[in-house]
Order: sequence, then structure tokens, then C-alpha cells
Amino acid sequence: MDAQIVIKVLLIAVFAAFALILLMPGRGARRLAVRRIALLVLFAAAIAAIAFPQLVNDVARVVGIGRGTDLILYGLVIVFVGNALSASVRFRHQEREITRLARSIALRDAPPPSAGRHSVGDDEPAA
Amino acid sequence: MASLRIGMYRLGLDRTIDNELAQATWLVVPLYNEATVVQAVVREARRVFPKIVCVNDGSSDNSATEATSGGAVVVNHPINLGQGASLRTGLDYALCDPDAKYFVTFDSDGQHRPDDALGMVRRLATGDVDVVVGSRFLDGRTQPGALKKLVLKAAIRFENMTTGVKLTDAHNGLRAFNRVAADSITINQNRMAHASEIVSEIGRLNLRHAEFPVHVIYNDYTRAKGQSIWNSVNILNDLYLK
Repeated sequence: MDAQIVIKVLLIAVFAAFALILLMPGRGARRLAVRRIALLVLFAAAIAAIAFPQLVNDVARVVGIGRGTDLILYGLVIVFVGNALSASVRFRHQEREITRLARSIALRDAPPPSAGRHSVGDDEPAA
Repeated sequence: MASLRIGMYRLGLDRTIDNELAQATWLVVPLYNEATVVQAVVREARRVFPKIVCVNDGSSDNSATEATSGGAVVVNHPINLGQGASLRTGLDYALCDPDAKYFVTFDSDGQHRPDDALGMVRRLATGDVDVVVGSRFLDGRTQPGALKKLVLKAAIRFENMTTGVKLTDAHNGLRAFNRVAADSITINQNRMAHASEIVSEIGRLNLRHAEFPVHVIYNDYTRAKGQSIWNSVNILNDLYLK
């Protein structure tokens, strides 16, 4: 229990950070930069793990997990969740743009509102 | 006899005023797969309001033709976007009419009464408010189920807290806006969360608002088509996940 406190704190911190990033009214540039930095770190970690497999085991022991495989599994989960979240953010963004596009098409194709075809004319016979 | 004549004259005068108000009003009706009822709903509303725009939100049935036969102008979304998007499109369309002074959002399933809408426009025409929001809970006419009532009450408390706007009914589709309000309210929430968004916009833009008692007609059709209370979860999700 106590041995795993480090990894627990780490994982909880990562997920808390995801939640924060997701709820923050982010600016495009920062969001993109964070994504790219995260990707770079991921690549670096992958290369290091391939080159020095023992490194993963050592790191795992430092944060209180028995095996390096478990550490990689945790990493995978984090990357997966992060990716899913960022995809949903982008989806929302895209949805907004499509809405704007569709709306302008709808209004362009509509008859002008002051075409004079409106009268309180339900009682009058149709011409 | 004389007083009767004056009474009748007054009645005539009231009708003229109502006519003028109705002429300056656009009814904005989001429309999605309501082919079986929309023609009757539009026809009924046209007895009071000559100008009605239905925003057909990519219906897969012939809602659009039915609405046109009823006497409405139909604006077609090329794809389904949701009710919030339909409202904003309808308001944008109506704002193109320079004679339009009042804008009323109205449901296409027949749960709202045109008379209530006219009452709200009359209230708006007094000029001391920008928005009039319909409320089911100002009098005892509307009878939602117990669970629905509970969820609606919870939604209201939550909204009062988060938006700072005190209302008694959180999600009533019947609302009346003047030009300032119709022009300035942003609706980014395409789906059902737009109702909360409109309330928070009223707070953000400091729009002067009032509530108006309306009667919402719950019958088997509106109940079947109406919002499932599960949607309260979806609305929270839409509101808080950016």
C-alpha cells in the first residue's frame, strides 16, 4: 500500500491535470503546444524504453510498482484517455464550425423575410 | 347600452393593438420530425401570428412541406444540428425583417398556446423588459409528473446558483425577445443545453427580464416527443465540458 503511494499520486495528478485542461477555456496556441510537447515526451520515453529496457524496470521500482510492464500499462492508459479527451475537444470545436457553415447555407437559401406574403389572411380565400 | 358600445369599442381597439403587435412579431419554431402535427400547430398559431418561421433541422419526414402548407416560411438546415442551433438560425432569419420588433420561440409539437405567446408579446410591448420567459410554475395549470417536476425544480435551483438569474422554470421553450435581446443572445449549445445557455446569457448581458405564466399542454404526443429526464445528464455534460 505505502510502496505504491508515489505512482498513485502521479496517476491522480495526471488525471486531475486532464480534467483541468478540459474545463479550462483554452486558447488554441497553448492547447496545440501542450499536445506537441506531450507527443515529444512520449517519443523520447518510448525510445529510451526500447534502448534501455532495464530503465523501465528501475523507474517502476522508484515509483513503487514491481514491474516495468505495469508502468508501461499505466502509461498506455494515460495516453489513451488523454487522446480520447483531446479528440472530444476537437470534435466539439468542429461541430461549432459546421453549425456556422450550415446556418449560413440555410439562411442563404431561404426566401427573404419581408417578401410581403404575410397577412393575417386565414379567413381570406387563397388566391 | 352606451357602456356596452364603449366596451365593444374597447374590445375592437384591443384587437387592433393585438394585430399590430402580432404583425411586428416573428414566431420562431424549431422543427424536427413533427410531420403529423406541425401543420395544425402552424395553422393554429397563424390565427394570431401571421409571421412564422419554421427551422427544419434536417427532418427525415415531410415536416417541411407540412409546415409550408400550414403557412409558415421554412428555413432548411442542410444537416441536423439540434434545437439550439435551430433557434439561433430562426432568430437570425427573423432579424433580417426590419419591421420585426418581437421574437417568440415556440415549440412545433403543440405544447404551447398562441394566446400565451401573445400575452408575452403584450408584456414585452410595455417596453420595460427585453426578455419574457414563460413559466409553468407561476400558476397551477400545468401538471407535469412528479419525477419530472422534481428534476425541473432541481434544474432551476442549479441555474439560479450558476447564472444569478432568478427564474421559476428552467426549461420552458416559450420565450419572447425584443430586438436587442434577439440580436445579442449567443447560442453555442446546439442541443438541449441551449435553454440553460439562454438563461445565463440573460444574466451575462444584463437583459431586463420578466416571467409570464404559461400553460404547457402535456398530452400523449408531447409526452412521447418531449424531453426524457435522462437529458438532464446530457445537458450538464454539454454545459461543462468544453
